[in-house]
Formats: sequence, structure tokens, C-alpha cells
Amino acid sequence: MKLLNSCFTTIGRLALSAAMVALIALPAQALEKQLIVVTSFPKDLTNAFKAAFEKQNPGVKVEMLKKKTTAGVKYIQETASNNTTDIFWASAPDAFEVLKGDGLLAKYTVKAKGIPDVIGSYPINDPEGYYKGFAGAGYGMMWNTRYLKAKKLPAPAEWADLTKAVYHGHTGMSAPSRSGTTHLTVETIIQGEGWVKGWAMMKEIAGNFKTVTERSFGVPDGVNSGQFGVGIVIDFFGLSSKASGFPVDFVYPTVTTLVPANVGIVNKAPHPQAAAAFIEFLLSTEGQELLLNPKIRRLPVRPDIYAKAPKTFPNPFTDKTIGAKVKFDVKKSKSRYNLVNAMFDVMITYRLDDLRKATKAIQDAEKAQAGKNNAAAAKLIGEAKALVAALPIDEATSLKNDFAAIFKKKRKKATDKVTGRQAEVEQKWDTMVKSNYAKAIQLADKAKSM
Amino acid sequence: MRIRSSYIVASSLALFLLVFLVVPVFKVVYVAFQDPSTGSLTLVNFIDFFKTSLFQESFVNSFYVAGMAVLLATILALPLAYFTTRFNFGGSILIQTLGIVPLIMPPFVGAVAMQLFFGSNGSINLLLDQWFGINIPFMEGLNGVILVESVHYFPFILINLSAALNNIDRSLEEAAQNLGCRGMRLFRRVVFPLALPGYLAGASLVFLKAFDDLGTPLLLNVNTMLAPQAYLRISSIGISDPMGYVISCILVFFSLLSIWAATLATKGRDYTGGGKGSAGLLKRDMRGWEKVGAYCLIIFLLLLVLSPHIALVLLSFGTIWSFSVLPDAYTVAHYAEIFSTTGDYISNTLMYATMAALFDVAFSVAIAYVVLRTNVIGRKWLDYIGTGALAIPGVVLGIGYLRTFNDFNVPFIDKPLASWWVIIVIALAIRRLPYALRACTAALHQVSVSLEEAGENLGANKPTVVRKIVVPLMAGGIVAGFITSFATAAVELSATLMLVTAESDAPLAYGIYVFMQSAAGRGPGAALGIVAVVVVAIGTYLSHHFIERNKKLQATTPG
Repeated sequence: MKLLNSCFTTIGRLALSAAMVALIALPAQALEKQLIVVTSFPKDLTNAFKAAFEKQNPGVKVEMLKKKTTAGVKYIQETASNNTTDIFWASAPDAFEVLKGDGLLAKYTVKAKGIPDVIGSYPINDPEGYYKGFAGAGYGMMWNTRYLKAKKLPAPAEWADLTKAVYHGHTGMSAPSRSGTTHLTVETIIQGEGWVKGWAMMKEIAGNFKTVTERSFGVPDGVNSGQFGVGIVIDFFGLSSKASGFPVDFVYPTVTTLVPANVGIVNKAPHPQAAAAFIEFLLSTEGQELLLNPKIRRLPVRPDIYAKAPKTFPNPFTDKTIGAKVKFDVKKSKSRYNLVNAMFDVMITYRLDDLRKATKAIQDAEKAQAGKNNAAAAKLIGEAKALVAALPIDEATSLKNDFAAIFKKKRKKATDKVTGRQAEVEQKWDTMVKSNYAKAIQLADKAKSM
Repeated sequence: MRIRSSYIVASSLALFLLVFLVVPVFKVVYVAFQDPSTGSLTLVNFIDFFKTSLFQESFVNSFYVAGMAVLLATILALPLAYFTTRFNFGGSILIQTLGIVPLIMPPFVGAVAMQLFFGSNGSINLLLDQWFGINIPFMEGLNGVILVESVHYFPFILINLSAALNNIDRSLEEAAQNLGCRGMRLFRRVVFPLALPGYLAGASLVFLKAFDDLGTPLLLNVNTMLAPQAYLRISSIGISDPMGYVISCILVFFSLLSIWAATLATKGRDYTGGGKGSAGLLKRDMRGWEKVGAYCLIIFLLLLVLSPHIALVLLSFGTIWSFSVLPDAYTVAHYAEIFSTTGDYISNTLMYATMAALFDVAFSVAIAYVVLRTNVIGRKWLDYIGTGALAIPGVVLGIGYLRTFNDFNVPFIDKPLASWWVIIVIALAIRRLPYALRACTAALHQVSVSLEEAGENLGANKPTVVRKIVVPLMAGGIVAGFITSFATAAVELSATLMLVTAESDAPLAYGIYVFMQSAAGRGPGAALGIVAVVVVAIGTYLSHHFIERNKKLQATTPG
């Protein structure tokens, strides 16, 4: 009996200790040994998160695969049948939309609490739950101080400054078709100022461009080396360049745009537990604090973190000038995404020389006529400006589904039929744009000589 | 029996090209032949291409740039090749080695260095502005593209022309001299025509590269050329504008056309010497003032073509370099950083580039032999398809590989072929195959068939003849092919970036990309670029050393 008893207790103890072992070991055991992240972020950011996450979860090895956003999307698409990636981690929300549309992201409900729904006026997370925003960034202008001094240019403060004649040939920006964050900026300007006025302002700014770079990092790179003076960039590009010692400075205009940076779990991820833990870590207080590191410097999505930030750090949750003016319509943006890119490329990127010449001619005419009060000349200048600003399509057309579909090459079903081809449409636009710019030059030249 | 074995060789070459080039590329570019609205087969996209004014302009611009680049590259390459092969010249190996360096332009950092030096606010223009108040737009528009392309690619002509000059049968030159032909006339009427296969191999590569090159127009922000138009339309997210692929097809088509035109120029002529193995031109000594003049010219040319690399060296040692003639201060910190963090990159690059280049020359010798020495039906297509790889954008090949090989698990290691490091080597080999192919074909053009026939009459079988006679006689061309493939594979990025699946498998170019994502990474990125250049330069130097030694051996064995 006693023997039996002790036997039971032994078994009981064993069971208990086994349960305890299981309990203690559970959090560590549940995570897989590896986590594979495809990311477009620079190594300062990825290294910091990798190190902190590995420290918090010993035994998990994080592999950060750096690919340009576009290459990352293609990589995940093409390897989907035999997927090895756990997490896609990048800025541009449109990249996540593409993956989501292809069914390549897994839904995940975040456990972390205390994160609001919007930052500025942008929704932080995908409403359907496929990807989450973990940080924000604001757009602004950076400039090379030596360049401005040598060319005797004033530092810009507002977007509208960049339309001024003094900056002709001294500014630069990336193309929205090349960089998702640049796309958001263009779309924000169009939504904020209205279709016609927004595009007109965009073209006036672009008429001063020295260059449209083919990747977003090309802008800070160009300003840093003094290739051009002023660039339209995301804040951390400007501020991290300054921190690295380049003679540059950065400013947010009073009305700025905010862009989120996102993370999502890839469908059929080989290490789902580790992937979930990584997202929770990104959104935890600890993870969010890492964003304040001057080498990383992004805006946390947790409002309470800002208490620990330096004084000069902008807080989009209390400072309403950052990204709050524009009520950003995500649906609108999504429905005409490729169309806006194509318009920008046809009107600006591919015809930059013509646009620049037209802008210069108008600026020269305005200078020649300044203070002369010549009504006929002013009328000609007005006409020239209208020709440069003219758009091939109106906003209603841009929002028509069957028109926007010309620019989306992915047909959902084989039976879907789209009328018109992108090349055809672009050719029509190009003809119009080119002749408009040429006519504008003629009118402006005439006005100048009056 | 012999016919059957040549068919076996030819079909295995064809199979490889089919699996690793044709199929993957076709899987991506078939969109070009698809009606965007219905998905049916059509040529409507090609009609659109020729109807679009932007593409018409791009088309004309690409041809113009390619043609002018060949001209300028010839002017740069001819003196260097001629002086180093024709005369007894101190340091000719060094000159030949330095002459290849422009070919190695590391991604991103190379562009930054060029802008800092030649750009509108680069060192030269800042100085010009300071002294004379002028600004010369070296790096603007189509002329900028022509300048950069010819500086970048003239080594193709230099290497292939030098190899060909070294391969000319001395007896022909001696015969001409005995008949009283001297100086320029000798060069124009005898030497250069005999070296024509080598020159054409190099010139056609320069033409093709300038025609298909993407990096330079993008660097100079010239969008109205074919390759950047294709790139801009292929790689943006979510868009798969069929025009991007249409342009790729058109690039391939015109590349093949120009190769075909180049072969026409050498058709029906004999470039081989008499019955003797080649021993190179008769080298002679220069008189005092000739020597001074030649050295001045060569030093000037080398300074011109190496200036981007000089700027790169400054960038790698400079602290901050911004809107100034020279960096603010100098440091070795960038080198310390790369050597402490990026050990794998260097060994991976060496391994991948060597394997790819070795593969390329072996494959190229086989193709050249099948094309020039057998009667296999359709043999020319091996040459055309292999060369066509030049016009395939790296990103297209990368996507094609992912699409084709992701579901194919490699036996034993149980990993998809698409994520095994070997796929990076294959991608590099395919992308650089055209360089080796042109070099080896040109070399075989200069080998006399009668030597092989003699070997066979004496009882040697085909493989022995190839090994003992053909390959040694082609050595110069093979080394030229190896060097060009190796040098350019070492800095390839676009396909690699798509195919790297683990940081430990990544080559140097990937490391440069990672550094060049942040402002602080410019210095270390440049340092890594310099490491790539040095590694390739050492490889090149050793290869030249190898040729020279071989030539001496050949010269001492009685011919």
C-alpha cells in the first residue's frame, strides 16, 4: 500500500514536473529555430531589430534578405509554390497590396494593444488584417548647404517654393512608378489640392527638376554629392544623411504627407510562430523604442513612445500639421494607382526635357514682363501655363474602373475583357503632351519679346 | 561516327541553352505576344511599339549611341592594343591589365564616383567654373551616354584585338616586309585585316553592350533609349506592361542581327596563317622620341579611362565628399568596416565569378568548334542564342529562373534549385557567356584547319586534336574570354539580387547594394567596390602573365 502510494506520488511528481517543464519551455519551444525576412530596409534598421529580437528569443536565428521592394515582391510571387519566406517587411503599402491581391499574405490579428487606427490621416493597418503598419515617415525637403551657398539659393520651406524660378534645374525627386512612397506623396498632393490644381502644381515643381531618379535613394544620394541642390525625400533619408556628416539639412513643410512602413506574414510561412513573435516584437514598447535610434529614426505608431523621444522629434499624434490636412482616400488611390504612375511618367519622366524647356520659357517671360503691366503678354503667359498644366484625362475618367483597368495587366478571369491598350493610350497622351509643351514655349517666347 | 559525335556535342550544348536560357526567358517574355485584353496570341504589341513616338525616338537613340560608342571605343583601344603588341614595351602587361579595369564598374558606387568627378557639379566642372567660369556637360544627354559607354566598354576591343594581334602568323608580316611594305601601310593592309576577327568580336560586343546597356542611361537620367524604357516598364510593382517585354524581344532581335552582320564581314575570308602555329607579331624596339610620344599617349589614355576608378579610390578613402573638388578628409575606417563585416562576400565573389568564367570558356570553345568545324544543321543558332543572352535584362533572367526552377528540388540537398547558390553561378555564366563566345569564336577563326588535319593524318583522334592542337592555339582568345567574363561577372547585380536567398551566399555586388541603401554606407560601399576591382585586376594580371609565359614556351619550341 505504502509502495503503491509512493508509486503514485512519484508518478504524480513526474507528471507535475513534466507539466512544469512544458509550461516553462512553452514560449521558447513554440518558436521555430529560424525566421526568414525579406526586406527593403537598410542595414542600420534591420540589424538593430535582428539583434534585439534574437536577444529576446534565444535560439531563433533571423535571416534578413535584402531586396529592393520590387525585387522582393517578385521573389515572393515566384517562389510561392515552394515558399521559404516568413515575413515581408518594407515601406510601400502598394507592394503589400499586390501581394495581398495575389493571396500571398496570411491574415494575422495583432495581440499588442494601444495602437490607434490612424497616423496623421492615414490608416495604420490594412483594414482586412493582412499587413500592419509599424512606423511612419514624413515627406519633406532636404538640401545641400554648400550647393545653396555656392549658387546663392535660399533654403526652401514650403512645397510651393519649389515652383519658383530660382530653383530651376536645382531640384530632384524619384518617380512614383519607381517608389511606392513617392507615389503616396504625389497622390496626396493630387487629393489635397484637387485633380487639376494638384497636377498643375506637380508639373510646376517638376519643371524645375534637374532629374527624376530611378530609385528613391537616388534623391538623397544626389543631394549628398551635390549633383542637385534640393530633393523631395522621406525624413529619415534627409536626417540620416545629416547625421552621417554630409553638409545637408532637412525641413518638413507646414503641410506634409505621412507614409507608413509595413510588415506582413507571408502565406504558408515555414516558421509561423516566429513570424508572429516578430510582428508582436515590432509593435511592442521595446520594439517601438528602437525606432527612435537616430540611425533609424522613424515615427513610432505607439503614441506613448513619443514621451521618450527628443524634443525636436515630430509627433503626428499631437501635431496636426503633419499629414492631417488631407483626408486621404485609400480607395481612390488604389483604384487609379497604375494610372497615376503612367500619367506622371508620360507627362514628366519621359518628357522632362520638353517640360523643363517650357517651364524655363514661361519663367523667362514672367521675368521679362515683371512690373510692365502688359495685358496681352500676361494673357499669353497664362495660355502657356494652361498648356503645360493641361491633362489628357479628367478626374472622373481616372476613377472609371474600366479605364483604370487598361493599366492593370492582371485580368482576374480569362473572360475579363478590357478595351484599349496602355501603349495606345500612352501614345495619345504623349502626342498631346509633347505638342502642348512645344506650343507653350512658342507662346512664352512671344510674350517675352513683347 | 564522327558526324554522330558532333551531333551529340551540339545537342547537349543546345539542351543546356534551352533549359537555362530559352525556357526561363520565354516564361517571362511570352507576355509580349499576348493580347493584353484577351490573352490570345498576337503581334499587336509589336505594332504598338512601332507606332509609339517615344519608342521610335528611343530606337533611333539606341542605335546612334551604340554606333558612336564603337567609334570612340575604337579610338581609345587601338593605340593601346597596337603599342603593347607591336613593340617591345616596358610594362605592357601592366598596361593591358589597367586597360581592362574600366570594364569593372561596381554597381551604384561607380555611378556616384562618376558624378562626383565628371558631373555638372563634379570635380572637373567645379575647377573649370573656378578657373574659367564655364561648365561642360560631360554627363548629360546622349553624348554623355556615348562617352561613358565607350570608356566603360572599350576593353572589349582592347582585349580581343590584342589577342588577335598576338595570334597573327609572323611569316605573313615578314613576307609583306620583304616585299617592301612598312609602317602604317603594313598595319592597314596586312596586320589589321589579319586581326579583323578579333576587332570585330570586340566591336560587336561594344555595340551590343551600348545598345542593351541599362546602367549608364539610368545613371545619366536618359530615359529615351530602349533598354531603360524596357527596365522602367518591367520592374515597377504591380505593373507588367507588355511593352517592357516587347522591347526586350526587340533588343534580342537587333543584337542577333548585328552579330549576323559581323559574321558577314568575316565570311569567306581566311584569317589563318600558313602551315605554322602562330607566334605573334614581330616586336621591334622604338626609337627614343617615339618611345616618349607613345608613353605620353598611353598615359593620357589610361588616365582618361581610369578617372572613374581614381574617383572611386578617393570616395573609398574620403570622409565626406560633397560639392567639392576633393573629399574633405581621408580615413581608412571604411576599409576597416568592410573587412570586419563582410568576409564572405569576397570569397563568394571569387568562387562564383571563377566558376562562371571557366564554364563560359569551356562552353564557348565547344560552341565555336561546332559552329566553325562541323556541319551540324542549325549550328549557327547555338552562337546566336548564346550571344542573345547579352540582350536579356538581368532581372528578366532572375525572374525566369525563380519561375522555372522553384519547383525543382535538387536531389540530396533537398532544396529548390532556384534557392541553391549554384543557380547564381549559372545565371552569371549565362549572362557573361556572350563575351567568352565572341572571344573564342574569333580565336578559332585564326587557327588553320590544316594543322588539325595534319594532327589527324598522324593518327590523333578528334578529342586529342582539340586538346593538343586547337585549344593551345586558341589560348589567347580563351584567356581574353575568361578575363572579360570573370571581370564582369564579379560585379553583376541585377540577376544576383533576385536570386540570393541567404546572406552567407551573397557576392560583393549584393554587399555594395546593402551599403548603398543608407547615406553612411557610401564610403564602405566604395571600399567594397575597390576590393572588387583589385581582385579582378589581380586575376587579369595573372592571366596575362600566363599568356606571356605560354608564348615564350611556344617561341622556344622549334616551329
